[in-house]
Amino acid sequence: MNWTRKWINPVLDKEFRLRMRTPRSAISLMVYILVLGLIALGFIYVSMYLGNGGGQTRFNSGMGQIMFYVLSFAQLVLIAFMAPALTAGVISSEREKQTLSMLLTTQQSSSTIILSKLVSSLSFMALIVVATLPVYSIVFMYGGISLNQLVSLFLFYLFIMLMLGSLGVLFSTLLKRTMISVIVTYGVGLCIFLLTGLLYLFALSLVQRQNAQSVLQPDYSWVGYILGLNPAAALISLFEPSFSKQAFLVRGTTLNADAPIQLWQEFVVVYSVVIIVSLWISIRRIRPVRRRRKQAETDGTDGGATMEPVK
Amino acid sequence: MIEIEHLTKTYGSFQALKDINMYIPQGTVFGFVGPNGAGKSTTMSILATLMLPTSGTARVDGFEVTENPKEVRKRIGYMPDFFGVYDQLKTTEYLHFYGASYNIPRGERDKLIPQLLELVNLSDKADTYVDSLSRGMKQRLCLARCLVHDPKVLILDEPASGLDPRARIEMREILKELKLMGKTIIISSHILPELAEMVDEIGVIEHGQMVAQGRVADIQNRLRVKKVLHIRSLDKEEELAARLRDEPYVSGVLADNTGIHVHFGGGDEDQGALLQRIVSWGYPVLSFHEAQTNLEDVFLEITKGGPAT
Ligand SMILES: Nc1ncnc2c1ncn2[C@@H]1O[C@H](COP(=O)(O)OP(=O)(O)O)[C@@H](O)[C@H]1O
Ligand SMILES: [Mg+2]
Repeated sequence: MNWTRKWINPVLDKEFRLRMRTPRSAISLMVYILVLGLIALGFIYVSMYLGNGGGQTRFNSGMGQIMFYVLSFAQLVLIAFMAPALTAGVISSEREKQTLSMLLTTQQSSSTIILSKLVSSLSFMALIVVATLPVYSIVFMYGGISLNQLVSLFLFYLFIMLMLGSLGVLFSTLLKRTMISVIVTYGVGLCIFLLTGLLYLFALSLVQRQNAQSVLQPDYSWVGYILGLNPAAALISLFEPSFSKQAFLVRGTTLNADAPIQLWQEFVVVYSVVIIVSLWISIRRIRPVRRRRKQAETDGTDGGATMEPVK
Repeated sequence: MIEIEHLTKTYGSFQALKDINMYIPQGTVFGFVGPNGAGKSTTMSILATLMLPTSGTARVDGFEVTENPKEVRKRIGYMPDFFGVYDQLKTTEYLHFYGASYNIPRGERDKLIPQLLELVNLSDKADTYVDSLSRGMKQRLCLARCLVHDPKVLILDEPASGLDPRARIEMREILKELKLMGKTIIISSHILPELAEMVDEIGVIEHGQMVAQGRVADIQNRLRVKKVLHIRSLDKEEELAARLRDEPYVSGVLADNTGIHVHFGGGDEDQGALLQRIVSWGYPVLSFHEAQTNLEDVFLEITKGGPAT
């Protein structure tokens, strides 16, 4: 059992145990798969009986692709709802249950505590997402989707969960109350999912009006960078590389005229920074930060604002 | 073992601790007493590395709490005044979790945990889920948790609060055992008699200031707590009590069925003079002696006038 010693620290071990012992986990798993399954069934129903006056009743790969997209987006939305709920309370709930102070007086480092909390939530989310694979098997029945696409989709999901999870952990560390932390995390999630899209549309209309007036037009427009911050757009670009080109309003039809960066690449780069910064702040702030002394000591990992006594 | 120097702590503009100084030698059981809101928990969380002082230093076994928090944590077992437990864990798992969190290897924990449960009288609850334990049991479990890494110092913030008298006695017995084990214990309470028979020293804190500190007897002397004279007379006790009220140095007289209790501020000579007078008045005095002032009297005396919430 050497590997468990190495990979499973006590905090992670406890998190796993607690997570799987509450009936809530099983119920959320069930509800999640049920919702996604219903969406899949609903899609089949709509397309087979209502679509095209019964002309397209047979399975075909085109439909498989559409269904894949529908499921992928439905899942993206589900993850956006699930991730904050699962992570925005990891630290603050321990604070509210008055167990945090005792955890913080143990020998576990701040980074172990923060990262274990994150990893345990991520593992559970990954479990849920993997458990939806049977739903995707319906898509494979239609065909038109490669295994590669499925794998990159799931990796993308993992990244989204990591991003929302890190933000959840951050607010959970900074804010005293779980309720507020959850609300703030959802708020930030909403900004990432909706505001970036709206901002793009707004900027796009400005740029287009400008372009209509000017004679000389640039190879591409900066507006694409805004859309690269949007998870849905990043997801589309993952499957349709030409989407990035459209987003950046790339001129010309020559082969070498391409978007400066794929939307999903930009997305990963930008939010990797967000993830790292969020986790770094969380790790620093979970324990009180030692104020910079005059002698400028630099030996510590522990830092952060003053913490209230646990009441 | 514990050295606190010029410790202050402000919350915003509110000064919770004002220049606290404390020195607690190894093996001492130190009673940290003060009314609610005096700053006991604040001091203890600073010692437990959970909070930064605004200024001043606190050392545990030579390690400064802000400079070497990790070393300090190794040496302390901290029990907060309010704490929760992980409901979904069993008692043994609970202790395993904290044991592992202090990097104690599994094999050692397997041996240690039954001993700890034995110490806190929870052996029969080893397989019970923590949330089904009573409050007193949780309190004892938490105490066992403080002990997993065999710390030299125990910082116990009101470990007996909210317990019924029986649970309180159990807690006290355990603490006595810990004292025998040579631990340095700092234990807080806003009720003094709770600590009376087990502490070596007390420190009294009020409004963020140490008002008295030392051996209980020393404090009594230093503060010159008024004596309480206990007088019994064969009859006419009420009448005597009424006459005593007008005597010099007498600040209060209370008569009940156990006799007359006189709060007396004078010295030994004044005390002798008082007895002579009583006898000369012709009362049949059965006894006249200085009652043992208990800790509670000391406490009330020291914190007199402070708003105890
Ligand atoms: N986080 C905080 N923010 C502001 N004031 C606080 C905070 N914690 C404690 N206090 C105040 O500091 C004082 C000391 O509190 P505390 O140390 O908990 O007292 P005790 O433990 O002796 O009852 C109290 O007046 C309390 O209201
Ligand atoms: Mg307190």
